[in-house]
Amino acid sequence: MPNNDNELLLDIKDLTIHYITEDGTVCAVNNLNLSIKRGETVGLVGETGAGKTTTALGIMQLVPNPPGKIIGGEINFAGENLAAKNEAAMRTIRGKKISMIFQDPMTSLNPVIPVRDQIAEVILLHENVTAAEGLAKAEEMLELVGIRSERAKDYPHQFSGGMRQRVVIAIALACNPELLIADEPTTALDVTIQAQVLELMKRLKSEFNTSMIMITHDLGIVADICDKVAIMYAGSVVEMADKYDLFRNPKHPYTIGLFGSIPDIEKDEEMLKPIKGYMADPANLPAGCPFSPRCELATAECHTKKPENIDLGNNHFVKCLQYANQGGE
Amino acid sequence: MPDVLMEVRNLKKYFKTKRGPLHAVDGINFSINKGETLGLVGESGCGKSTTGRVVLRLIDATDGEVIFDGENILDYNKTKVRTFRENAQIIFQDPFASLNPRMSVFEIIAEPLIINKKAQSRQDLRKQVLKLMDTVGLVARLENAYPHELDGGRRQRIGIARSLALKPSFIVQDEPVSALDVSIQAQILNLMEELQKEMKLTYLFISHDLGVIKHVSTNIAIMYLGKIVEMSDYSSIFKSPLHPYTKALLSAIPIPSVDIKRERIILEGDVPSPISPPPGCRFYSRCFERMDICKDTDPELIEYAPNRQVACHLIKPQSNV
Repeated sequence: MPNNDNELLLDIKDLTIHYITEDGTVCAVNNLNLSIKRGETVGLVGETGAGKTTTALGIMQLVPNPPGKIIGGEINFAGENLAAKNEAAMRTIRGKKISMIFQDPMTSLNPVIPVRDQIAEVILLHENVTAAEGLAKAEEMLELVGIRSERAKDYPHQFSGGMRQRVVIAIALACNPELLIADEPTTALDVTIQAQVLELMKRLKSEFNTSMIMITHDLGIVADICDKVAIMYAGSVVEMADKYDLFRNPKHPYTIGLFGSIPDIEKDEEMLKPIKGYMADPANLPAGCPFSPRCELATAECHTKKPENIDLGNNHFVKCLQYANQGGE
Repeated sequence: MPDVLMEVRNLKKYFKTKRGPLHAVDGINFSINKGETLGLVGESGCGKSTTGRVVLRLIDATDGEVIFDGENILDYNKTKVRTFRENAQIIFQDPFASLNPRMSVFEIIAEPLIINKKAQSRQDLRKQVLKLMDTVGLVARLENAYPHELDGGRRQRIGIARSLALKPSFIVQDEPVSALDVSIQAQILNLMEELQKEMKLTYLFISHDLGVIKHVSTNIAIMYLGKIVEMSDYSSIFKSPLHPYTKALLSAIPIPSVDIKRERIILEGDVPSPISPPPGCRFYSRCFERMDICKDTDPELIEYAPNRQVACHLIKPQSNV
């Protein structure tokens, strides 16, 4: 590893994003803290409505406004605060320095443009090349993701789901970005195809030395591909640690609950241990810890006091009052 | 010997398309014992949902037999199919699409009871609906709510209550938890397991998620392109998979642990089209252990060991075990 090993590429501080609607304010992201070093892959894990995608859109400054609004916080990327940048400046960053892979390859590609031209579009926008060079680079990218260049002029509907996601990956990596945000990139795919795509992403990530945020609800994918894990609940990161630390020694009751909910193919268990109740409603969050209504260990204090981010040492952070006296050093 | 509730013999379902017949289900055999769960696993397009619909007569089979409680339901006329459906129900994948948005929770659950004249009076109907809601863990105050007011987990509970209304003995579960988050998925899986024990239900459980399938099933059948390639009790398939496709499928599942490392088999290419499939083994084009014989000769599903069947030329039956 190079000597800039410890340099933070992305450092999000107290990010808060709300959707302001007629029916009330939806607090999608609340005081979120997240940091990523160069070359690192962070898994952002959470259930529907946890705010994972809104966080990703926030980093890209793509939160639809209205109704969405970044209320506060900093998004420091390579030393610059993206939250303070204007649209023209963001355009030079999106697709070039930060790019994104969306969940559904069926809808994220343009159905009436051949795949080669869709890849060339981003290259022509950001690199100083001729049209012919852009198209040649696009074909190179297709080969790189395992699609023969004979198929370069085909349209998205002529490809299967797995192949389409390869095209999306080719677009995302075309300008060699520093940060790649993958939003559930394999959720729409079958497992054997998912395995192909994950393998491809791992290979390209190390070839390009790209940092990555992997948004997923699947802890299996995290174990496979990530270095660090951030568990999200109701708009904030409730636990963040190195992958090995988090899987072997989860601290937050929600994280522990998630592990208990997954049927384990390695073991025979009689009953699963689900988390009781339902996901918190982001339009009507509890006053105290957002997880307190579902938490087995919740005390009276948990229902009234919001937990701070506690440093348990060894880069393991948790937002839970039961560790309140263990922090520091 | 346990009682067999459903036996499927050489079941085929072809759909007509412009480019030729689509072999959705192509000659499958299985049986399910009373009170047990058969897990049907496979990737999209392998024919698992079609199988679930054909065994309920929701779509007509092209060929074969479905013996339910000793009678071939494919021979039933319309009236007999209706009485059969009281006994055999389905829970669908998407709780957002499978509930009528204009009906309240009460109306949705009451509908099968009204249609089949199972309630003596309005009070009796209400009593039965509230009891069903209680059984599936829906609080009574939700009876007048509409599906859009509820989250996925609660909606799926409505679907379960509706399927239980006529006291069926057999339920097809077509990816019932695929649209749900894991913490909610675990609640629903536990609920269905409790209901099965209490009401002695028999399930055909369709899913693409092997973890879920292993958790719920007594026996497991793996499907690939309209065929069952391997079938056995739930644990052997995970301990010692025989068919190359099963091996690849198992190795492809990301395991939520950092301490277990598995050799991963990455299959080439995609599932071929089920329209006019090649004569040989369906898995030939992606198989990493293929031989010459596989190209033209389709392997039969053979008895490898008691309660273990596999369709692969590489696997010979174990003799005298």
